[in-house]
Amino acid sequence: MNNHYKDSMGLHLNYELIKERIDNNSKVLDLGCGSGQLLKMLKECKNIKGIGIEISQDKVIECLEKGLSVIQGDIDAGLKQFADKSYDYVILNQTLQSTYNPDYVLEEMIRVGKKCIVSFPNFAYWRVRFNYFFSGNMPKSKVLPFEWYNTPNIHLLTIKDFFEFAKKHNIKILEGIYTTKANIRKGIQYSMFSNFFAEEAIFIITGN
Amino acid sequence: MFEDKNSVGIVSLKYYEIKEKIKFESGVEFGPITVAYETYGKLNENGDNAILVIHALTGDAHAAGYRSENDKKPGWWDTLIGPDKAFDTNKYFVICTNILGGCSGTTGPSSINPETGKPYGITFPVFTIEDTVAVQKKLLDYLCVKSLYSVAGGSMGGMQAIQFVISYPEMVKSAIFIATTSRLSPQAIAFNAVGRNSIISDPSWNNGDYYDKDKKPDRGLSNARMIGHITYLCEEAMYNKFGRRLQDKNHYDFNFDVDFQVESYLQHQGQIFVDRFDANSYLYITKAVDYFDPVDKYGSLTNAFNASNAKFLVISFDSDWLFPSYQSKEIVSSLMHLGKDVSYCEIKSPCGHDAFLLEYDVQSKIIKSFLSDSKGADCE
Repeated sequence: MNNHYKDSMGLHLNYELIKERIDNNSKVLDLGCGSGQLLKMLKECKNIKGIGIEISQDKVIECLEKGLSVIQGDIDAGLKQFADKSYDYVILNQTLQSTYNPDYVLEEMIRVGKKCIVSFPNFAYWRVRFNYFFSGNMPKSKVLPFEWYNTPNIHLLTIKDFFEFAKKHNIKILEGIYTTKANIRKGIQYSMFSNFFAEEAIFIITGN
Repeated sequence: MFEDKNSVGIVSLKYYEIKEKIKFESGVEFGPITVAYETYGKLNENGDNAILVIHALTGDAHAAGYRSENDKKPGWWDTLIGPDKAFDTNKYFVICTNILGGCSGTTGPSSINPETGKPYGITFPVFTIEDTVAVQKKLLDYLCVKSLYSVAGGSMGGMQAIQFVISYPEMVKSAIFIATTSRLSPQAIAFNAVGRNSIISDPSWNNGDYYDKDKKPDRGLSNARMIGHITYLCEEAMYNKFGRRLQDKNHYDFNFDVDFQVESYLQHQGQIFVDRFDANSYLYITKAVDYFDPVDKYGSLTNAFNASNAKFLVISFDSDWLFPSYQSKEIVSSLMHLGKDVSYCEIKSPCGHDAFLLEYDVQSKIIKSFLSDSKGADCE
């Protein structure tokens, strides 16, 4: 599902940031793994034991061609087949906003993963706000290139939304990373500044 | 065909006789058993590059290549087996046997019982999928295969692949289960039951004793095959293949002859089947398929697969209602629960259960990738 987010430069940065946070030889589950770029990178650079879940047949085949283990399936249906805390990391990279049941998906991730990594485009990013404010259309940008009627991003959210969600659902935020093309900021407290200026957020979370 | 450098070329059926008796799951000890098989490629010195491919209900050991220069049709999985194909015979030693109880070379009800000098008929012992796998294991030992690089099969072949992993976990490095199940649905058992009934109720079946008679239970067997063929297709496949088109006519004949193309197709499939298959074999093999149920036998699939360290690939087809995807997903779930290395792909196809023999492009890609350990380090 990574193609729901079209900026390859941004993705590259995002991969690097995620990679830095994964321990060598760990067990990783990548939800909505797309064609498996991130998993492949983690396998090669961090020697992880990884598996991906992906809904699209073509992308599943691309994963297999990369020598990855992948299950064709729908993460919205939950992760019933996985035992509690059976993975060191569960990753949901640029996919949260296109799930039908984001709350259920996050709940399941936290059940299965010791740590979870969630990233999403920040809908409160100033360009998005200005775009909406001045044009009066549903915002589009490089990272959100779709029309309102064909976007897979049905549950867009902001950094503020995520903090509120975490608090309400007893999710512990271990790390927050807020990125623009030029800049990376960090913080585990909500900041209006990051919510305004960050194009994208990555959170490392766990159950409380 | 011999310009085709991806073909294994001309192959011949080989035979191995298991002289000692084998104890079947039913408790009966049975032997000797002749196993008919074909091999492609070469076994390496370590005896660890072998791949066992297993045929479906009415298949045989002829999985690839041609039997003679004039042979028009290659083996049943020729699209996947050969030099540089998915099961690459430059790298792997591929083995395929005819199933125990079959009628294409391996000992079955139509074989001569050495004690009586007559065909076994229904004195042949009822066997299970576990027994068919035990027979294949004996052949592998004889061929000096130490471990299986992979075991692969579709439909009933997939059931045997599952059982092989369960029976000999230490021997299998990887396994490919295609369009298969760990237990038939009652609906699938029902179709097998009607097929068997059709044979048994044919007066020429004569309690299984028909081999020296003029009339054989062709009617019953061909009806069983027609029923089988309905289950291998799906509604969409039938619309695509036949629609409501009439066979060689423009109007209904208002009698009970063949009117529709679909009728003609089924009749043809039934008729050509009786020339190559034995009615008693059909009874025995479908029974083995019905009995297969490792969930019941081992308590759960996770118990059944627990001892294996193999890597798994599971493939199903979305239009297959005989072995529906949810059954493959059950297998995948249990393997995931055990933390095994497993991949799963549900291939979109309009071909129903038959897709596993028809959709070779996608399967080729998937299987080739799965079998090759591609590890290109690319890390700054």
